[in-house]
Amino acid sequence: MCLAVPARIVELHDATATISVDGILRDVDVSLIEEPRLGDYVLVHAGFAIHRWDQSEVEELQAIRGATDLRETIT
Amino acid sequence: MKRDRILLAHGGGGSLTRELIETVMLPRLENSLLKPLDDSAVLVMGNSGYAFTTDSYVVTPYIFPGGDIGKLAVCGTINDLAVMGAQPYWLSLSLILEEGLPLADLQTIIDSVHAAAAEVGAQVVTGDTKVVERGKCEGLYINTTGIGKITVPYWLGSANVKPGDAVMINGPIGEHGVAVMSRREGVAFQTSVTSDCAPLWPLVKTILDTGARIRAMRDPTRGGVAGAVCDIARASNVGIRLFEEAIPIGGEVRGACDLLGLDPLTIANEGKVLVFCGAKDAESVLAAMKSHPAGRQARIIGEVSARPEGMALLRTAIGGERIIDMPTGEDLPRIC
Amino acid sequence: MKTLVTNIEQQARQLGRDLRFMEVCGTHTMAAFRSGLRQLLPDSVRLISGPGCPVCVTDPSYLDAAIELCGRPGVIVATFGDLVRVPGTDSSLERERASGASVRIVYSASDALVLARECPSKHVVFLGIGFETTAPTVAWAIWRAARDGLRNFTVLSAHKTMPRAMDMLARDPGMRVDGFICPGHVSVITGVQIYRFICERYAIPCVVSGFEAWDILKSIGMLLGQIVEGRAEVENEYSRSVGEYGNRAALELMNEVFEPRDDVWRGLGTIPGSGLGIRDKYARFDAAKVLDVKFTEAHVNPLCRCGSVLRGISTPLDCRLFAHPCSPTHPIGPCMVSSEGACAAYYKYERVVA
Repeated sequence: MCLAVPARIVELHDATATISVDGILRDVDVSLIEEPRLGDYVLVHAGFAIHRWDQSEVEELQAIRGATDLRETIT
Repeated sequence: MKRDRILLAHGGGGSLTRELIETVMLPRLENSLLKPLDDSAVLVMGNSGYAFTTDSYVVTPYIFPGGDIGKLAVCGTINDLAVMGAQPYWLSLSLILEEGLPLADLQTIIDSVHAAAAEVGAQVVTGDTKVVERGKCEGLYINTTGIGKITVPYWLGSANVKPGDAVMINGPIGEHGVAVMSRREGVAFQTSVTSDCAPLWPLVKTILDTGARIRAMRDPTRGGVAGAVCDIARASNVGIRLFEEAIPIGGEVRGACDLLGLDPLTIANEGKVLVFCGAKDAESVLAAMKSHPAGRQARIIGEVSARPEGMALLRTAIGGERIIDMPTGEDLPRIC
Repeated sequence: MKTLVTNIEQQARQLGRDLRFMEVCGTHTMAAFRSGLRQLLPDSVRLISGPGCPVCVTDPSYLDAAIELCGRPGVIVATFGDLVRVPGTDSSLERERASGASVRIVYSASDALVLARECPSKHVVFLGIGFETTAPTVAWAIWRAARDGLRNFTVLSAHKTMPRAMDMLARDPGMRVDGFICPGHVSVITGVQIYRFICERYAIPCVVSGFEAWDILKSIGMLLGQIVEGRAEVENEYSRSVGEYGNRAALELMNEVFEPRDDVWRGLGTIPGSGLGIRDKYARFDAAKVLDVKFTEAHVNPLCRCGSVLRGISTPLDCRLFAHPCSPTHPIGPCMVSSEGACAAYYKYERVVA
């Protein structure tokens, strides 16, 4: 019921931010999270950031994705 | 619920499109040349085989990252001929223009048409122009037909694939669909992904020149790789198994799919070709593809088996298996 | 990954009986199918899908009301893509759009607000569906509309919340559930404490899970671990995103705009306190009131088993209509058309391989 995707804040505006999902840029609303900063990783659902991750949490996600070899990424 | 009107999904290249063709077109137009429903019809005249195809292009916006509707139209038709093993020769160009279309845009688009055709030595030899009132189409619509000469002494077709065959693709998937989607209203996002729109004849010729017996080729346009393998599995009555980890996909395409909740296997490609050939030829065909600029990232992405008949499966990254279903037709952005 | 699977196999063997774990959340159902992880589980461990698919549990009368609204002159119905193909009694939003009705697909409630601003002569009705993950975003839109004095924007709320529904399922004697895989993103908003009562009242273990295959397999292992050790607690596998108390700002906004009310869940009936209604303070943004929406009893095909599928009592394969003719292109019930519906998942991913 809840498609939410990890994204990184690359630009901050007033109540919105431009986020990047693997290079795809989109504007989302950041009113629901506290003190968003440039470079923060956030969880995005339906055009809103609903959670802000700290560094260790981001590393955990990356470790899980690496462990499942899910990404055969060609950049 | 009554189904008495055409839905957008009917044009999606997925199961609804197929249903429309099977329930409305085929019964009324029935003939053996149409029946295979391959990318082109194969016509025999005297000792020569020709491929004949038609396509209409209604893409919005008509200029997008990596190309425009003119390039798309010509490449699409060239590719439908190429996948039947035919060298493209002659094209028709039929334009439906919206009142108010900027002349400069039309000139750009016709330039693109010429450039794409010239790249493979094909020519636009006949055409037509109509204009409709403002609002009756989005800028312009294009229809093209193409005739090519089949250059191999055997038939390629979606009903030819056999158990044991290998499945290959020439590069990363989903680029065209994502590039176009990024410019659509309502789903706007920024990306550096550009359409992979390109004429495939030169790559196909390299493949055919290996002398390997190619069973079938398909350009996975609307409906994506999923639609293409489902069609072929059905037509040949075989099982096609793709390996998730082998399928090349760029980071941004994957990001767009994650963001919008779409399956990359269902996204349109305009410069990709799926190649089915016997297992013993796989390595040489792959090498030939990689030797060509349009095939540098070619991969073997799957294999064909006798069962499950008529279905396509995906061996997932974690070693499980699931069906690749025929896409229904409309990619809707989701929250769920 | 292999260790997770081995761990599951070992514990399942140790327990030596069939175990049924319910994934409450539709996104978990889809993730489990798409990743192929169901094939990796031992036969004794069964995953059953629950009612966590907002589209599936939306009563058909809501769809009928939305369809009626989009036929009204001057009204634009803005909706998430998820609802567009769901059949109401006679039609769907997709079909209405094909006949010329004003239906606009949006990605976000804030997009609907922008639409209202851009079309001041039209009235934009946003179809508010979703659980606690989505409700705060819609609350934000209403709050913002109030702040800006917007007069042409309303929301038709069908929002629902999870705890009361889980309570009903846990209480149902006909439904044997050995553990709950709790929704991940709902929990980002609510925090894990909302599930405690299930463990305390019913002694059923709960694990809040993330959505990667790795997360789900780990969570299943954790549930088995609790059963082996005779525990019934709320454990948080998704700790990287979920905390004890959730997102306070989101919860406050949700509570500011919405209040609990009784709601009808397709297939489950009325569940007290399980829905979110717009508070009187924001009544001018409540489409049901402002546009005088009538909800009439919708007709449901009596052979459609979506109801019992949602309760985990039947699988889609038990439904007479499954695949004949109910399929994603010709859906009869919402579980087939929703991208997260159990029936759609079975049809798309496991028709043959199961």
